[in-house]
Amino acid sequence: MSGFGNAFSSSIGKKFIMGITGLFLILFLIVHCFINALIFINDGGLTFNIGAHFMATNWLIRAGEVVLFIGLLVHIFQALRLTLQNQKARPVKYAVNDGKANSKWYSRSMGLLGTLLLIFLVVHLKDFWVVSRFTGIPTVDANGHEDLYAVMREKFQDPVRVAVYILAMFSLCYHLLHGFASAFQTLGWNHSKYNGIIKGLGVWYSIIISILFAAMPIAVYAGLIN
Amino acid sequence: MSTGNMNLTLKVWRQKNNNTKGALVDYKLSGISPDMSFLEMFDVLNEDLINKGEEPVVFDHDCREGICGMCSMFINGRPHGPKDLVTTCQLHMRSFNDGDTIVVEPWRAAAFPVVKDLTVDRSAFDRVIAAGGFISVNTGNAQDANNLPIPKMQADAAFEAAACIGCGACVATCKNASAMLFVSAKISQLALLPQGQPERYRRVQSMVAQMDAEGFGNCTNTGACEAECPKGISLENIARMNRDFATSKFISEETV
Repeated sequence: MSGFGNAFSSSIGKKFIMGITGLFLILFLIVHCFINALIFINDGGLTFNIGAHFMATNWLIRAGEVVLFIGLLVHIFQALRLTLQNQKARPVKYAVNDGKANSKWYSRSMGLLGTLLLIFLVVHLKDFWVVSRFTGIPTVDANGHEDLYAVMREKFQDPVRVAVYILAMFSLCYHLLHGFASAFQTLGWNHSKYNGIIKGLGVWYSIIISILFAAMPIAVYAGLIN
Repeated sequence: MSTGNMNLTLKVWRQKNNNTKGALVDYKLSGISPDMSFLEMFDVLNEDLINKGEEPVVFDHDCREGICGMCSMFINGRPHGPKDLVTTCQLHMRSFNDGDTIVVEPWRAAAFPVVKDLTVDRSAFDRVIAAGGFISVNTGNAQDANNLPIPKMQADAAFEAAACIGCGACVATCKNASAMLFVSAKISQLALLPQGQPERYRRVQSMVAQMDAEGFGNCTNTGACEAECPKGISLENIARMNRDFATSKFISEETV
Protein backbone atom coordinates (compact mmCIF):
# COMPACT_ATOMS: atom_id res chain seq x y z
CA MET A 1 0.00 0.00 0.00
CA SER A 2 1.40 3.39 -0.88
CA GLY A 3 0.87 6.95 0.21
CA PHE A 4 -2.14 7.52 2.39
CA GLY A 5 -3.27 3.90 2.16
CA ASN A 6 -6.63 3.33 3.77
CA ALA A 7 -6.55 6.69 5.57
CA PHE A 8 -10.16 7.46 4.66
CA SER A 9 -11.58 3.99 4.03
CA SER A 10 -10.83 2.56 7.48
CA SER A 11 -13.42 2.88 10.24
CA ILE A 12 -11.56 5.81 11.83
CA GLY A 13 -10.98 7.47 8.46
CA LYS A 14 -14.68 7.34 7.65
CA LYS A 15 -15.35 8.98 10.99
CA PHE A 16 -12.82 11.71 10.15
CA ILE A 17 -14.87 12.49 7.05
CA MET A 18 -18.07 12.67 9.13
CA GLY A 19 -16.38 14.97 11.64
CA ILE A 20 -14.76 17.27 9.08
CA THR A 21 -17.92 17.64 6.95
CA GLY A 22 -19.96 18.06 10.13
CA LEU A 23 -17.76 20.91 11.37
CA PHE A 24 -17.91 22.46 7.90
CA LEU A 25 -21.73 22.36 7.98
CA ILE A 26 -21.64 23.84 11.49
CA LEU A 27 -19.63 26.80 10.12
CA PHE A 28 -22.08 27.16 7.25
CA LEU A 29 -25.02 27.32 9.67
CA ILE A 30 -23.41 30.30 11.43
CA VAL A 31 -23.24 32.25 8.16
CA HIS A 32 -26.73 31.16 7.12
CA CYS A 33 -28.24 32.01 10.49
CA PHE A 34 -26.70 35.45 10.85
CA ILE A 35 -27.57 36.58 7.34
CA ASN A 36 -31.15 35.44 7.87
CA ALA A 37 -31.23 37.15 11.25
CA LEU A 38 -31.00 40.44 9.31
CA ILE A 39 -34.80 40.22 9.02
CA PHE A 40 -34.94 41.16 12.72
CA ILE A 41 -33.64 44.64 11.83
CA ASN A 42 -37.28 45.07 10.88
CA ASP A 43 -36.71 47.45 7.96
CA GLY A 44 -39.09 45.73 5.58
CA GLY A 45 -36.35 43.29 4.60
CA LEU A 46 -34.13 45.88 2.87
CA THR A 47 -30.94 44.84 4.73
CA PHE A 48 -31.83 41.16 4.47
CA ASN A 49 -32.29 41.52 0.71
CA ILE A 50 -28.85 43.18 0.42
CA GLY A 51 -27.41 40.12 2.17
CA ALA A 52 -29.40 37.73 -0.01
CA HIS A 53 -28.36 39.63 -3.15
CA PHE A 54 -24.70 39.40 -2.14
CA MET A 55 -24.99 35.68 -1.40
CA ALA A 56 -26.70 35.09 -4.76
CA THR A 57 -24.28 37.08 -6.91
CA ASN A 58 -20.81 36.92 -5.34
CA TRP A 59 -18.75 34.37 -7.31
CA LEU A 60 -16.83 33.20 -4.24
CA ILE A 61 -20.08 32.46 -2.42
CA ARG A 62 -21.47 30.67 -5.47
CA ALA A 63 -18.34 28.51 -5.66
CA GLY A 64 -18.69 27.93 -1.91
CA GLU A 65 -22.24 26.77 -2.55
CA VAL A 66 -20.92 23.94 -4.70
CA VAL A 67 -18.48 22.94 -1.96
CA LEU A 68 -21.35 23.11 0.54
CA PHE A 69 -23.49 20.72 -1.47
CA ILE A 70 -20.56 18.35 -1.89
CA GLY A 71 -19.91 18.50 1.86
CA LEU A 72 -23.57 17.86 2.62
CA LEU A 73 -23.82 14.93 0.21
CA VAL A 74 -20.60 13.37 1.54
CA HIS A 75 -21.92 13.75 5.10
CA ILE A 76 -25.20 12.05 4.13
CA PHE A 77 -23.73 9.21 2.08
CA GLN A 78 -20.96 8.50 4.57
CA ALA A 79 -23.57 8.39 7.35
CA LEU A 80 -25.64 5.95 5.31
CA ARG A 81 -22.61 3.72 4.68
CA LEU A 82 -21.60 3.78 8.34
CA THR A 83 -25.15 3.02 9.48
CA LEU A 84 -25.45 0.03 7.16
CA GLN A 85 -22.07 -1.29 8.35
CA ASN A 86 -23.03 -0.76 11.96
CA GLN A 87 -26.25 -2.71 11.50
CA LYS A 88 -24.28 -5.57 9.97
CA ALA A 89 -22.00 -5.56 13.02
CA ARG A 90 -24.93 -6.74 15.17
CA PRO A 91 -27.11 -9.10 13.13
CA VAL A 92 -29.03 -10.48 16.15
CA LYS A 93 -30.54 -7.70 18.27
CA TYR A 94 -30.95 -7.74 22.03
CA ALA A 95 -34.35 -8.69 23.44
CA VAL A 96 -33.79 -6.10 26.19
CA ASN A 97 -31.38 -3.19 25.71
CA ASP A 98 -31.36 -0.41 28.26
CA GLY A 99 -29.71 2.31 26.18
CA LYS A 100 -30.86 5.16 28.37
CA ALA A 101 -28.79 3.76 31.25
CA ASN A 102 -25.53 4.66 29.57
CA SER A 103 -26.04 7.24 26.83
CA LYS A 104 -28.19 10.16 25.68
CA TRP A 105 -31.11 9.29 23.39
CA TYR A 106 -30.02 11.84 20.79
CA SER A 107 -26.50 10.39 20.62
CA ARG A 108 -28.11 7.07 19.66
CA SER A 109 -30.57 8.70 17.24
CA MET A 110 -28.28 10.71 14.96
CA GLY A 111 -29.45 8.76 11.92
CA LEU A 112 -33.12 9.40 12.68
CA LEU A 113 -32.52 13.10 13.46
CA GLY A 114 -30.40 13.42 10.32
CA THR A 115 -33.11 11.80 8.21
CA LEU A 116 -35.72 14.22 9.57
CA LEU A 117 -33.34 17.07 8.73
CA LEU A 118 -32.88 15.71 5.22
CA ILE A 119 -36.64 15.61 4.67
CA PHE A 120 -36.88 19.15 6.01
CA LEU A 121 -34.02 20.20 3.74
CA VAL A 122 -35.92 19.03 0.65
CA VAL A 123 -38.90 21.18 1.70
CA HIS A 124 -36.65 24.09 2.64
CA LEU A 125 -34.62 24.05 -0.59
CA LYS A 126 -37.82 23.90 -2.62
CA ASP A 127 -39.25 26.84 -0.64
CA PHE A 128 -36.31 29.22 -1.03
CA TRP A 129 -33.27 27.93 -2.88
CA VAL A 130 -35.14 26.76 -6.00
CA VAL A 131 -37.07 30.05 -6.06
CA SER A 132 -34.04 32.31 -5.71
CA ARG A 133 -31.75 30.33 -8.04
CA PHE A 134 -34.06 28.93 -10.70
CA THR A 135 -37.71 29.89 -10.89
CA GLY A 136 -37.01 33.51 -10.00
CA ILE A 137 -38.12 35.92 -7.29
CA PRO A 138 -41.21 37.75 -8.61
CA THR A 139 -40.77 41.23 -7.07
CA VAL A 140 -37.99 43.73 -6.26
CA ASP A 141 -37.67 45.91 -3.18
CA ALA A 142 -37.08 49.69 -2.86
CA ASN A 143 -33.35 49.21 -3.50
CA GLY A 144 -34.03 47.28 -6.68
CA HIS A 145 -32.87 43.97 -5.15
CA GLU A 146 -34.81 40.73 -5.63
CA ASP A 147 -37.33 40.70 -2.77
CA LEU A 148 -36.52 37.36 -1.11
CA TYR A 149 -37.99 38.83 2.06
CA ALA A 150 -41.41 39.01 0.40
CA VAL A 151 -41.11 35.36 -0.62
CA MET A 152 -40.27 34.47 2.98
CA ARG A 153 -43.24 36.41 4.35
CA GLU A 154 -45.57 34.73 1.91
CA LYS A 155 -44.27 31.20 2.70
CA PHE A 156 -44.53 31.66 6.43
CA GLN A 157 -48.23 32.56 6.31
CA ASP A 158 -48.87 28.81 6.12
CA PRO A 159 -49.18 27.41 9.69
CA VAL A 160 -48.32 23.87 8.55
CA ARG A 161 -45.06 25.08 7.04
CA VAL A 162 -44.25 27.07 10.18
CA ALA A 163 -44.87 23.97 12.30
CA VAL A 164 -42.65 21.84 10.04
CA TYR A 165 -39.85 24.42 10.32
CA ILE A 166 -40.09 24.56 14.12
CA LEU A 167 -40.08 20.77 14.48
CA ALA A 168 -37.09 20.57 12.14
CA MET A 169 -35.22 22.99 14.41
CA PHE A 170 -35.75 20.59 17.34
CA SER A 171 -34.13 17.88 15.22
CA LEU A 172 -31.32 20.27 14.35
CA CYS A 173 -30.75 21.20 17.98
CA TYR A 174 -30.43 17.59 19.16
CA HIS A 175 -28.38 16.60 16.10
CA LEU A 176 -25.93 19.40 16.92
CA LEU A 177 -25.96 18.72 20.67
CA HIS A 178 -24.31 15.40 19.94
CA GLY A 179 -22.57 16.28 16.68
CA PHE A 180 -20.62 19.33 17.81
CA ALA A 181 -18.62 17.74 20.63
CA SER A 182 -18.58 14.37 18.86
CA ALA A 183 -16.73 15.85 15.87
CA PHE A 184 -13.94 17.06 18.15
CA GLN A 185 -13.69 13.67 19.88
CA THR A 186 -13.52 11.92 16.50
CA LEU A 187 -10.74 14.22 15.31
CA GLY A 188 -8.85 13.41 18.49
CA TRP A 189 -9.39 16.68 20.31
CA ASN A 190 -10.06 15.33 23.78
CA HIS A 191 -7.99 17.33 26.25
CA SER A 192 -8.76 18.08 29.87
CA LYS A 193 -8.03 21.78 29.35
CA TYR A 194 -10.37 22.15 26.37
CA ASN A 195 -13.13 19.58 26.96
CA GLY A 196 -15.22 21.95 29.05
CA ILE A 197 -14.96 24.72 26.45
CA ILE A 198 -15.86 22.38 23.59
CA LYS A 199 -18.83 20.85 25.42
CA GLY A 200 -20.11 24.25 26.61
CA LEU A 201 -19.64 25.85 23.21
CA GLY A 202 -21.46 22.93 21.60
CA VAL A 203 -24.48 23.26 23.87
CA TRP A 204 -24.72 27.04 23.47
CA TYR A 205 -24.16 26.87 19.73
CA SER A 206 -26.87 24.20 19.25
CA ILE A 207 -29.44 26.04 21.31
CA ILE A 208 -28.78 29.56 19.97
CA ILE A 209 -28.68 28.51 16.31
CA SER A 210 -31.88 26.47 16.62
CA ILE A 211 -33.77 29.17 18.51
CA LEU A 212 -32.70 31.90 16.06
CA PHE A 213 -33.77 29.80 13.08
CA ALA A 214 -37.07 28.82 14.70
CA ALA A 215 -37.74 32.46 15.65
CA MET A 216 -37.82 33.48 11.97
CA PRO A 217 -40.99 31.65 10.84
CA ILE A 218 -42.58 32.37 14.23
CA ALA A 219 -41.89 36.11 13.97
CA VAL A 220 -43.21 36.30 10.41
CA TYR A 221 -46.30 34.21 11.13
CA ALA A 222 -47.11 36.10 14.32
CA GLY A 223 -46.64 39.43 12.52
CA LEU A 224 -43.88 40.55 14.89
CA ILE A 225 -41.89 41.92 11.95
CA ASN A 226 -43.22 43.60 8.84
CA MET B 1 -23.53 -21.48 50.29
CA SER B 2 -26.18 -19.67 52.26
CA THR B 3 -29.80 -20.02 51.30
CA GLY B 4 -32.12 -17.10 51.14
CA ASN B 5 -35.60 -15.98 50.42
CA MET B 6 -35.44 -14.41 46.97
CA ASN B 7 -37.77 -15.70 44.29
CA LEU B 8 -36.77 -14.85 40.74
CA THR B 9 -37.87 -15.43 37.19
CA LEU B 10 -34.95 -15.76 34.80
CA LYS B 11 -35.25 -15.38 31.06
CA VAL B 12 -32.06 -16.94 29.76
CA TRP B 13 -30.84 -17.10 26.17
CA ARG B 14 -30.43 -20.75 25.18
CA GLN B 15 -28.68 -21.51 21.91
CA LYS B 16 -27.20 -24.88 21.01
CA ASN B 17 -24.45 -23.51 18.76
CA ASN B 18 -23.76 -20.77 16.24
CA ASN B 19 -25.60 -22.60 13.45
CA THR B 20 -28.91 -22.85 15.27
CA LYS B 21 -31.29 -20.16 16.34
CA GLY B 22 -31.57 -19.35 20.01
CA ALA B 23 -34.47 -18.25 22.20
CA LEU B 24 -35.16 -16.91 25.66
CA VAL B 25 -36.24 -19.66 28.08
CA ASP B 26 -38.02 -18.98 31.38
CA TYR B 27 -36.73 -20.46 34.65
CA LYS B 28 -38.22 -20.01 38.13
CA LEU B 29 -35.74 -19.86 40.98
CA SER B 30 -36.51 -19.76 44.67
CA GLY B 31 -34.48 -19.62 47.88
CA ILE B 32 -31.82 -17.38 46.37
CA SER B 33 -29.68 -15.54 48.92
CA PRO B 34 -29.08 -11.83 48.42
CA ASP B 35 -25.42 -12.53 49.30
CA MET B 36 -24.89 -14.77 46.30
CA SER B 37 -23.03 -13.42 43.32
CA PHE B 38 -24.87 -13.43 40.02
CA LEU B 39 -22.77 -16.39 38.86
CA GLU B 40 -23.48 -18.34 42.07
CA MET B 41 -27.15 -17.84 41.33
CA PHE B 42 -26.47 -19.41 37.92
CA ASP B 43 -24.66 -22.28 39.66
CA VAL B 44 -27.85 -22.93 41.65
CA LEU B 45 -29.89 -22.87 38.44
CA ASN B 46 -27.47 -25.29 36.77
CA GLU B 47 -27.59 -27.70 39.76
CA ASP B 48 -31.37 -27.70 39.41
CA LEU B 49 -31.15 -28.33 35.68
CA ILE B 50 -28.63 -31.15 36.10
CA ASN B 51 -30.77 -32.78 38.80
CA LYS B 52 -33.74 -32.61 36.45
CA GLY B 53 -31.66 -34.17 33.69
CA GLU B 54 -31.63 -31.02 31.55
CA GLU B 55 -28.68 -29.30 29.86
CA PRO B 56 -27.05 -26.73 32.16
CA VAL B 57 -26.65 -23.16 30.93
CA VAL B 58 -23.16 -22.60 29.51
CA PHE B 59 -21.55 -19.32 30.57
CA ASP B 60 -18.00 -17.98 30.71
CA HIS B 61 -16.33 -17.45 34.07
CA ASP B 62 -12.91 -17.95 35.58
CA CYS B 63 -11.48 -15.96 38.48
CA ARG B 64 -14.79 -14.69 39.92
CA GLU B 65 -12.79 -11.83 41.39
CA GLY B 66 -13.50 -9.21 38.73
CA ILE B 67 -10.04 -9.23 37.16
CA CYS B 68 -9.87 -11.92 34.49
CA GLY B 69 -12.41 -10.60 32.01
CA MET B 70 -14.09 -13.92 31.31
CA CYS B 71 -17.62 -13.34 32.60
CA SER B 72 -19.86 -11.71 30.08
CA MET B 73 -23.59 -11.56 30.62
CA PHE B 74 -25.95 -8.93 29.22
CA ILE B 75 -28.31 -8.51 32.17
CA ASN B 76 -31.59 -6.60 31.83
CA GLY B 77 -30.23 -4.68 28.87
CA ARG B 78 -26.82 -3.84 30.33
CA PRO B 79 -23.46 -5.61 30.19
CA HIS B 80 -22.46 -6.91 33.64
CA GLY B 81 -25.85 -5.81 34.97
CA PRO B 82 -27.14 -2.69 36.69
CA LYS B 83 -24.08 -1.73 38.78
CA ASP B 84 -21.29 0.50 37.50
CA LEU B 85 -17.65 -0.60 37.56
CA VAL B 86 -18.28 -4.25 38.34
CA THR B 87 -18.12 -7.46 36.35
CA THR B 88 -20.95 -10.01 36.44
CA CYS B 89 -19.06 -12.16 38.97
CA GLN B 90 -18.86 -9.20 41.36
CA LEU B 91 -22.54 -8.39 40.95
CA HIS B 92 -24.59 -9.63 43.89
CA MET B 93 -28.21 -10.65 44.13
CA ARG B 94 -28.82 -7.85 46.64
CA SER B 95 -28.76 -5.55 43.59
CA PHE B 96 -32.09 -7.14 42.61
CA ASN B 97 -35.44 -7.42 44.34
CA ASP B 98 -37.49 -10.42 45.36
CA GLY B 99 -39.90 -11.28 42.54
CA ASP B 100 -37.79 -9.65 39.80
CA THR B 101 -37.69 -10.94 36.26
CA ILE B 102 -34.11 -10.90 34.97
CA VAL B 103 -33.31 -11.20 31.27
CA VAL B 104 -29.86 -12.63 30.55
CA GLU B 105 -28.43 -12.58 27.03
CA PRO B 106 -24.98 -13.18 25.54
CA TRP B 107 -22.84 -10.35 24.09
CA ARG B 108 -24.32 -9.72 20.66
CA ALA B 109 -21.97 -8.80 17.83
CA ALA B 110 -21.11 -10.27 14.46
CA ALA B 111 -17.48 -10.37 15.62
CA PHE B 112 -18.45 -12.34 18.76
CA PRO B 113 -20.28 -15.45 17.46
CA VAL B 114 -22.21 -17.42 20.05
CA VAL B 115 -20.47 -20.67 21.03
CA LYS B 116 -23.30 -21.91 23.22
CA ASP B 117 -25.97 -20.25 25.37
CA LEU B 118 -24.28 -17.25 27.04
CA THR B 119 -20.75 -18.00 25.86
CA VAL B 120 -19.42 -16.09 22.87
CA ASP B 121 -16.14 -16.43 21.00
CA ARG B 122 -14.06 -13.34 21.77
CA SER B 123 -10.92 -14.45 19.92
CA ALA B 124 -11.40 -11.44 17.61
CA PHE B 125 -9.87 -9.45 20.50
CA ASP B 126 -6.87 -11.81 20.59
CA ARG B 127 -6.28 -11.29 16.88
CA VAL B 128 -6.43 -7.50 17.30
CA ILE B 129 -3.80 -7.73 20.06
CA ALA B 130 -1.68 -10.08 17.96
CA ALA B 131 -1.75 -7.53 15.14
CA GLY B 132 0.30 -5.04 17.16
CA GLY B 133 -0.57 -4.85 20.84
CA PHE B 134 2.95 -5.66 21.97
CA ILE B 135 6.48 -4.21 22.06
CA SER B 136 9.45 -5.90 20.46
CA VAL B 137 12.43 -6.18 22.83
CA ASN B 138 15.73 -7.97 22.75
CA THR B 139 16.04 -10.87 25.14
CA GLY B 140 18.35 -10.66 28.12
CA ASN B 141 18.18 -8.99 31.45
CA ALA B 142 15.65 -6.21 31.85
CA GLN B 143 17.40 -2.91 32.49
CA ASP B 144 16.85 -1.06 35.71
CA ALA B 145 13.39 0.51 35.74
CA ASN B 146 14.80 3.87 36.80
CA ASN B 147 16.76 4.13 33.54
CA LEU B 148 13.56 5.17 31.84
CA PRO B 149 12.08 8.18 33.56
CA ILE B 150 8.32 8.41 32.97
CA PRO B 151 6.24 11.35 34.22
CA LYS B 152 3.74 10.32 36.89
CA MET B 153 0.71 11.54 34.90
CA GLN B 154 1.84 9.55 31.89
CA ALA B 155 2.44 6.41 33.95
CA ASP B 156 -0.97 6.75 35.61
CA ALA B 157 -2.77 7.20 32.28
CA ALA B 158 -0.97 4.15 30.84
CA PHE B 159 -1.90 2.15 33.93
CA GLU B 160 -5.54 3.18 33.68
CA ALA B 161 -5.63 2.09 30.02
CA ALA B 162 -3.91 -1.17 30.96
CA ALA B 163 -6.70 -1.91 33.45
CA CYS B 164 -8.78 -3.14 30.48
CA ILE B 165 -9.55 -6.83 31.05
CA GLY B 166 -10.82 -7.38 27.50
CA CYS B 167 -14.24 -8.60 28.61
CA GLY B 168 -16.01 -7.06 25.62
CA ALA B 169 -18.67 -5.11 27.52
CA CYS B 170 -17.84 -2.08 25.36
CA VAL B 171 -18.66 -3.99 22.19
CA ALA B 172 -21.74 -5.55 23.78
CA THR B 173 -23.27 -2.25 24.85
CA CYS B 174 -22.27 -0.15 21.83
CA LYS B 175 -25.24 0.38 19.53
CA ASN B 176 -22.82 -0.23 16.65
CA ALA B 177 -20.94 -3.15 18.25
CA SER B 178 -17.77 -1.09 17.91
CA ALA B 179 -14.54 -2.21 19.59
CA MET B 180 -12.97 1.24 19.69
CA LEU B 181 -12.70 1.45 23.49
CA PHE B 182 -10.95 -1.91 23.79
CA VAL B 183 -8.56 -1.30 20.88
CA SER B 184 -7.81 2.25 22.01
CA ALA B 185 -6.99 1.05 25.54
CA LYS B 186 -4.61 -1.57 24.17
CA ILE B 187 -2.98 1.05 21.94
CA SER B 188 -2.83 3.72 24.66
CA GLN B 189 -1.19 1.56 27.32
CA LEU B 190 1.82 1.32 25.01
CA ALA B 191 1.59 4.69 23.22
CA LEU B 192 1.88 6.50 26.57
CA LEU B 193 5.14 4.79 27.56
CA PRO B 194 8.65 5.17 26.13
CA GLN B 195 8.86 1.43 25.42
CA GLY B 196 5.90 1.73 23.07
CA GLN B 197 7.31 4.54 20.93
CA PRO B 198 9.36 2.66 18.27
CA GLU B 199 6.29 0.79 17.01
CA ARG B 200 3.69 3.40 17.93
CA TYR B 201 2.52 4.31 14.43
CA ARG B 202 2.87 0.84 12.94
CA ARG B 203 0.84 -0.48 15.86
CA VAL B 204 -2.14 1.83 15.45
CA GLN B 205 -2.38 1.09 11.74
CA SER B 206 -2.14 -2.69 12.17
CA MET B 207 -4.52 -2.91 15.09
CA VAL B 208 -7.16 -0.66 13.51
CA ALA B 209 -6.91 -2.65 10.26
CA GLN B 210 -7.43 -5.90 12.21
CA MET B 211 -10.32 -4.36 14.16
CA ASP B 212 -12.01 -3.45 10.86
CA ALA B 213 -11.32 -6.88 9.39
CA GLU B 214 -13.02 -8.56 12.36
CA GLY B 215 -16.32 -6.84 11.48
CA PHE B 216 -16.75 -4.57 14.49
CA GLY B 217 -18.93 -1.50 13.89
CA ASN B 218 -17.92 2.16 13.76
CA CYS B 219 -17.77 4.47 16.76
CA THR B 220 -20.46 7.17 17.04
CA ASN B 221 -19.22 8.61 20.35
CA THR B 222 -22.35 7.79 22.35
CA GLY B 223 -20.14 7.12 25.37
CA ALA B 224 -22.05 3.94 26.31
CA CYS B 225 -18.80 1.94 26.37
CA GLU B 226 -17.16 4.24 28.90
CA ALA B 227 -20.31 4.21 31.07
CA GLU B 228 -20.52 0.40 31.09
CA CYS B 229 -16.82 -0.51 31.25
CA PRO B 230 -16.20 -2.44 34.50
CA LYS B 231 -12.71 -0.94 34.63
CA GLY B 232 -13.70 2.65 33.83
CA ILE B 233 -11.63 2.93 30.65
CA SER B 234 -11.94 6.50 29.40
CA LEU B 235 -13.06 7.84 26.01
CA GLU B 236 -9.81 9.83 26.02
CA ASN B 237 -8.17 6.64 24.80
CA ILE B 238 -10.36 6.64 21.69
CA ALA B 239 -9.39 10.25 20.95
CA ARG B 240 -5.71 9.32 21.44
CA MET B 241 -6.08 6.39 19.04
CA ASN B 242 -7.76 8.68 16.49
CA ARG B 243 -4.91 11.20 16.84
CA ASP B 244 -2.30 8.49 16.48
CA PHE B 245 -4.15 7.06 13.49
CA ALA B 246 -4.22 10.49 11.81
CA THR B 247 -0.52 10.98 12.60
CA SER B 248 0.32 7.55 11.24
CA LYS B 249 -1.56 8.19 8.00
CA PHE B 250 -0.82 11.85 7.32
CA ILE B 251 2.48 12.63 9.05
CA SER B 252 4.43 9.41 9.57
CA GLU B 253 6.11 8.18 6.39
CA GLU B 254 5.80 4.57 7.45
CA THR B 255 2.72 2.88 6.01
CA VAL B 256 1.79 -0.62 7.09
